[in-house]
Amino acid sequence: MTETQFWTFFFIILTFGIYIIIAWRSRVKETKEFYVASQGVPTLANGAAIAADWMSAASFIGMAGLIAFLGSDGSVYLMGWTGGYVLLALLLAPYLRKWGKFTVPEFVGDRYSESVRLVAAICAIVVSFTYVVGQMAGGGIVFSRFLGLSIEWGVVLVAVVIFFYAVLGGMKGITYTQVAQYTVLIIAYLIPAFAVAYQTTGIPIPQISYGQILAELDALSAEFGLAAFTEAFAGRAGGQVDVFLVTLSLMLGTAGLPHVIIRFYTTKTVRGARYSAFWALFFISLLYLTAPAVGAFTKLNLLQGVQGQSPDTLPDWINTWGATGLVTVNQDAETIQSVSNIATSGADLIVNNDILVLASPEIGGLPAPIVGLMAAGGMAAAMSTAAGLLLVISSAASHDLYFRVIKKTGASDKEQMLVGRIAMAVAILVAIWAGINPPAFVAQVVAFAFGLAASTFFPILILGIFWKKANGPGATAGMLSGLVFTATYMIYTLEVFGTGANDHILNVSPEGIGAVGAAVNFIVTVVVSKLTAPPSQVVQEMVEEIRYPQTRAAVRS
Amino acid sequence: MSDVAHEGNSGVPPEAEDISWRQRYWKKNLRLMLVLLAVWFTVSFGFGILLIEPLNNIVILGFPLGLWFAQQGSVYTFLILILVYALWMDKIDDEFGVAERNDEGGYK
Repeated sequence: MTETQFWTFFFIILTFGIYIIIAWRSRVKETKEFYVASQGVPTLANGAAIAADWMSAASFIGMAGLIAFLGSDGSVYLMGWTGGYVLLALLLAPYLRKWGKFTVPEFVGDRYSESVRLVAAICAIVVSFTYVVGQMAGGGIVFSRFLGLSIEWGVVLVAVVIFFYAVLGGMKGITYTQVAQYTVLIIAYLIPAFAVAYQTTGIPIPQISYGQILAELDALSAEFGLAAFTEAFAGRAGGQVDVFLVTLSLMLGTAGLPHVIIRFYTTKTVRGARYSAFWALFFISLLYLTAPAVGAFTKLNLLQGVQGQSPDTLPDWINTWGATGLVTVNQDAETIQSVSNIATSGADLIVNNDILVLASPEIGGLPAPIVGLMAAGGMAAAMSTAAGLLLVISSAASHDLYFRVIKKTGASDKEQMLVGRIAMAVAILVAIWAGINPPAFVAQVVAFAFGLAASTFFPILILGIFWKKANGPGATAGMLSGLVFTATYMIYTLEVFGTGANDHILNVSPEGIGAVGAAVNFIVTVVVSKLTAPPSQVVQEMVEEIRYPQTRAAVRS
Repeated sequence: MSDVAHEGNSGVPPEAEDISWRQRYWKKNLRLMLVLLAVWFTVSFGFGILLIEPLNNIVILGFPLGLWFAQQGSVYTFLILILVYALWMDKIDDEFGVAERNDEGGYK
């Protein structure tokens, strides 16, 4: 066993043990605990749980690497994934919390109609499932790289631990485990980032000091045939229009993702939901403000490490990672002349985006315990998101589908929990299978999950709260047209389900189409609502009700 | 989002208390929201995307300003916006007597 493996085992066993102990202590007995943690989670803890829920394997493992190669255009992820929280905090969270039940489809069902609820439940399951498979596969990669375990067994091991705490503890178990997972992942992310920043610039605050290396990085990038880090619209073929639309899609998608929204149901009050949003973004920004710095520093270290080197004299980490197939070197090159992140580019050194964060301690020459900590952090990010998504799948399947469509009346509390747990167990089994045999669309998970959330949930939630006249037929037509429009364009432009990838229309990439889909949904919902009868007085009064933190009458009685 | 004017005309039973405060509360909420969203749009889409190229001509601490807004400044702004929203809404809640300061969500 190498030193790195020892430390990886050490941190993985330590952190998994903590998660399981927390889950056991917060095991649940009631439906309300299972679905929304009894709406008793303190604001600060809820913020940390949202942050862990939200930051997936993609945020932790992938984002900094993407930004390293996208440079300035990597800001689509930074602004898109954080800006969505402003929309959530101002436009959705307080109102959905006020209405306060168990699931997002449930709100839509009460506000519009049962058929909208069914469409929403199916969308929630599809969106969450696409997303969860990516987390499973991400966890498997971490295990196979650091522990020498096969990817299959890695996925199974991840699933067993999640199964234990999610099925046992429901939302309550997940919440407190996520708080622990946030702590692990942020420590694991910040320590190497601060160390690398200090090593390179002498200032241990990466957010401030990465400015100092940008000029040098641009010069080195040019030498290796890469786009300048600071040049706008050099990283994405679609240019300014595309950057705009992708950012907007990611924002709307963030605000529409069921596993994020559902976390605002767990606070005690509407006021708690507002402050939860603040703490959530605060915790998220610790990682998101660091990621571009990690990207810049790691890329600089990488390029400096290979400058003027021949394939035999390259740094050690290139060989270690070469074994995973994620780094390839052209052995015929005399010295490394070109570097790329694109497998088919024919460059002398090809580095996959996804390894940059996990390899950053090694690239920066940091000691083995930090590498092990990094692995535990990556696992925490993947597992916390997977658990949150599985809860959405379970609640949508049991609460919104099973008890509404199949067994309509007379379900006891005990029965509801049992069905919820069975649904979760089935979801985990399917996720294991899909994590081992990832379907083609996993690579496009971001585009799909966010595009679909932006074009289905976001518009009808907004209209449901801010426009009393929005009605059932309008929402059904809007959601379906947004969904069909967005999915069609994605299938047309991406290589999924056996379709060929066609050229982008008007420079709009599949990641950016969600914003257009959302506009389609908005317009169709408004037009159809105007043409049909307005919602009942009861529904309009309900909309009125959710706009205020509490009714004064109730206070005085 | 413009049905403010239609409010209060619904079939509320006569015994319900005076609900005119609701319109005033909602209007204040909407006004705050629109101001904050305008800032949100200006800083992110405005400075970080639409005006990024001209702003990049200004360099501070090594950061071209447009890039700084896209990768750092916008996130700081978002954080401040949400905090301002939460604090300001507390003020509005107090003003209308619907504050939820204690944990149970009741009136203080």
